[in-house]
Amino acid sequence: MDLQVLWFVLVAFFWSGYFLLEGFDFGVGMLLPFLPRDEAERSVMLRSIGPVWDGNEVWLVVAGAATFAAFPAWYAAMFSGFYIALLLVLFFLIIRVVSFEWRAKSTSRRWRTVWLWANAVGSYGASLIWGVGLSNLLYGVPLNGDGDFTGTFWDLFSPYTVLAGVAVVAIFAFHGATFLTLRTRGAFLGRASRAARILSFPAVVLGAAFLVTTVAVATNRNDKDLFPPVLPAAFGIAALVLAAILVDGRRGWAFAMTGLGAVLAVVTLFTSLYPRVMVSDPSFGNSLTVETASSAHYTLAVMSVVALITVPVVLLYQGWTYHVFRHRLGADEPEAEPAPTLATQPEV
Amino acid sequence: MTLASAVDLARLQFATTSLYHFLFVPLTLGLGPIVATFQTIWHRTGNETWLRLTRFFGTLFLINFAIGVATGLVQEFEFGMNWSTYSRFVGNVFGAPLAIEGLAAFMLESTFLGLWIFGWNRLSPRLHLATLWIAVAGTWLSAYFILVANSWMQHPVGYKIVDGEAQLTSVWALMSNGFALRAYLHVILAGLIFGSSVVLGVSCWHFLRRHRVEVFRKAAMVALIVAVPVTLLQLVVGNRFGAAVTSAQSMKIAASEAQWETCQPCGFSAFQIGGFTKDDPTPSFSITIPKLLSYMATGSFNGKVQGLNQLQAQEQSEFGPGNYMPDVRVAYWSMRAMAYMGALMFLVAAVGALLYRKQRLERARWFQRTAIVAIAFPYIAATAGWILTEMGRQPWIVQDLLKTADANSPSVSTTWLGISLSFFITLYVALLVLDVWLMRRYASLDPLAEPEDEGEPPEAAPAVSF
Repeated sequence: MDLQVLWFVLVAFFWSGYFLLEGFDFGVGMLLPFLPRDEAERSVMLRSIGPVWDGNEVWLVVAGAATFAAFPAWYAAMFSGFYIALLLVLFFLIIRVVSFEWRAKSTSRRWRTVWLWANAVGSYGASLIWGVGLSNLLYGVPLNGDGDFTGTFWDLFSPYTVLAGVAVVAIFAFHGATFLTLRTRGAFLGRASRAARILSFPAVVLGAAFLVTTVAVATNRNDKDLFPPVLPAAFGIAALVLAAILVDGRRGWAFAMTGLGAVLAVVTLFTSLYPRVMVSDPSFGNSLTVETASSAHYTLAVMSVVALITVPVVLLYQGWTYHVFRHRLGADEPEAEPAPTLATQPEV
Repeated sequence: MTLASAVDLARLQFATTSLYHFLFVPLTLGLGPIVATFQTIWHRTGNETWLRLTRFFGTLFLINFAIGVATGLVQEFEFGMNWSTYSRFVGNVFGAPLAIEGLAAFMLESTFLGLWIFGWNRLSPRLHLATLWIAVAGTWLSAYFILVANSWMQHPVGYKIVDGEAQLTSVWALMSNGFALRAYLHVILAGLIFGSSVVLGVSCWHFLRRHRVEVFRKAAMVALIVAVPVTLLQLVVGNRFGAAVTSAQSMKIAASEAQWETCQPCGFSAFQIGGFTKDDPTPSFSITIPKLLSYMATGSFNGKVQGLNQLQAQEQSEFGPGNYMPDVRVAYWSMRAMAYMGALMFLVAAVGALLYRKQRLERARWFQRTAIVAIAFPYIAATAGWILTEMGRQPWIVQDLLKTADANSPSVSTTWLGISLSFFITLYVALLVLDVWLMRRYASLDPLAEPEDEGEPPEAAPAVSF
C-alpha cells in the first residue's frame, strides 16, 4: 500500500477520533451554563466527562503531530497560514483545560462561575474554529508557489466555512446531549433527554446543509466528481437523522449515531480533499497534495510501524476507561472533588 | 518593519512560551513518582498518614499538571505557526519523535491520570495504584521523545539532506543519539530535584508553624531520600553532559566560558567582570580556578578547549561569512546560574539530611526558612539551563544545518506576531498568578482534614443500554 495514502487516511482517522471523543465533551461544555439547575447538577455534568476529556484531547495532539511528521509542508502551510485562528483555538483550549482542574478548587461562587463559562466558551470557540479551519483546507486559501499562505485572517471566513463552523458546533452540542443521556439519571436525565431532542433539529439541518455544500465545494473548487464524496455525506446525514429519531427511546443508538455523524463529517471533508491536502485559491496549481507535501518513504515506514503498534493499544486502554466510567451519575451524590474545607487552615 | 524583527519577535515568543512551559513540566516529572511512592507505601503498610500525603501532594501535582498540559499544546502548534520554514526543513526527522510522543506517551499519561483522579472508589486499590505509576511512566516517556527531538537540533544524527530538506535515514541513530540520552538523564534528575524540593519546602513551611509535624516529617524524609543522591548525581551528570556539548557544540561551551582564545590547560572562570565582547576579551576582574575548565570540558586536566575566535574563523571558512558566536554574556551567566544553583541544592539536601538524622529538622527554623526559599532554586537552574541550551546554539536553529534567521514563517507578519506575543504574555501572567495562588492555598491546608471524597462514590449498575 502506498504509505502516503495510508498516512492521509491516518490523519483523517486521528481527526475523526478527535471529533468523536472531544466532540461530546465539547458538547457537554456547551451545555454547562444552560442545562444544570444547581451546583450538584453542574458537578454531574463535569464528572461525566472529567475522567476522559484529557485523553480525548490527545487525539488533537496526535493529529497535529502526525501531520507534522507525515506531511511537513501541509503542517507548515496550515499552521502558519491559520495563525490567528489557531491562536484563538489555543486560547479556548487553554482556558478550558485549566477550568477542569481549577474550578472545584475554590468554593467561591464567582470563581466557579468564571471557570464554568471558561469551559463553555472554550467549547463553543474551539468547535467553531475547527469547523472553519478544516473546511478552509477544502474551500481553498491563497497559497504561493512555496506553499506559504498569502492571505489575511478574514480570508478564512466565507459563507461555506462559517456554515461549517456553526454546523460543527451544532453537531457537537447534540453529541454532548446524547452522551449525557447515557451517563446521568434522575431528574437531570429527563432534562438532558429534552435538550437532546431540541438540539437534534439544528444538528440535522445545519449538519445536512454543511455536508451537501461540502460535496458541492468539492466538485466546484477541488476538481472532484460527485462520487465518492457524496457517499460519506449521505451516510452522515442519515446518521444525524437516525440519531434525531432514536433520541427518545434508544439512547445508546442515538449516541452512536451522533458520534457517527461527527466522524462522517470529517470523512466527507477528507474524501473531498484527496488527493490534495490543502487547496489553493485563486492559484489552484499551488495546492498542496498528498504527493508533494509528504515526508520521504523511510519516515513514513517508521511511523507506520509505530502507529500499527500503538493505535490498537491506545484504543484498548481508552476503551477500558470508558468501561470503568460507564455508570450513571446522579445529582444526589457527593461531589467528585469538593474543595477541602478551609476551617482548619492555619493562618498564612 | 524588516523581516529580521519578525524573527526576533518569533524567537522572543518561542522562548517565553517554552521557558514558561518548562516551569511546570519538571515538577510533573518529579512530583509524580514521589506521590506514587506515598501511595505505594500506603498500599503496602495501610498507614493512613501516607494516604493523606498522597492526597495532599496529589492535589498540588494536579494543579501543576493542568497548566503543563495547557501550555504544552502551544509548543506543538508553534513549530508550524511561527517556524514554517523550519518545519518543512526538519519535518521528516523532527516530526517523528513528536508524533510518537503523542501516540505512545501523552495518550498514556492523560488517560491513566484521568483513571487515577476519578478511580479512587472505582478501581481496586492495586489497580488504582498502578494507574498512577503508568501515568508517571507516560510523563517520563514523553520527556524522552521531546528531548530526542530537541537534541537533534543540537546534534543532528541519522539524516541526509535531499533537495534542501533533512530526511531521516536511521531512526535508531535518532533515538539513541548520545546527546539525547545525556540530556534525558539531566532532565529527569532535574525533575526529581523539582519534586523533592517542593515536598521538602512545603513540609518545612508546616514545621515552621509546628503544624502536623509528625505527618510532614514522613514527607520530608522521602524528599530527602530522593534529594541527596539526585542532587549529587546531577552535579556529575551535568558536568559530563557539558563534555558531550563540548564535542557537539564547541562554540556553545567556549561562549559559556567566555573563552576567547584556545587554551591548554584552561582555568575555570568562577566569576568575572568584563571580558564578554570581542573588543574587550580580557576581564577587568576574575576568579579563576586553574585547569578546572579543561577537566570539565574534556575530562582531562590537561585538555584543550577551543576559543571563540578560532571557532569563529573555522566556521566562517566552512559556512561562509557571518557571525557564529552566540551572546557570550548570556551564555556565561546562564551556565553559572545553573551550576551554582545545582551546588546549592546539593548543600541544602545534605544539610537537611544531616538534621533529619539528628532529629533536629523539625526544630531548625533557620533551615526550614532556607528550604522554603530553596523551592526557587531548581526553577532558576532549569530556566538558565534552557537559555544556555537554546541561546548558546545561535545563530543556528539546527546546529550547522539551518540558521534561525532563515527558519521563521514568511506568512506571519510582525502585526500577527505582536498580537500573539501580547496575547501569550497576558494569558500566561494571569495563569501564573492563579497557579501560585492555588498552589500556596493548597500547600498550606491541613492534610488530616476530613478526607475529601475524590473520585466517584461506588454505586449504580452499568447503564449503557443499546
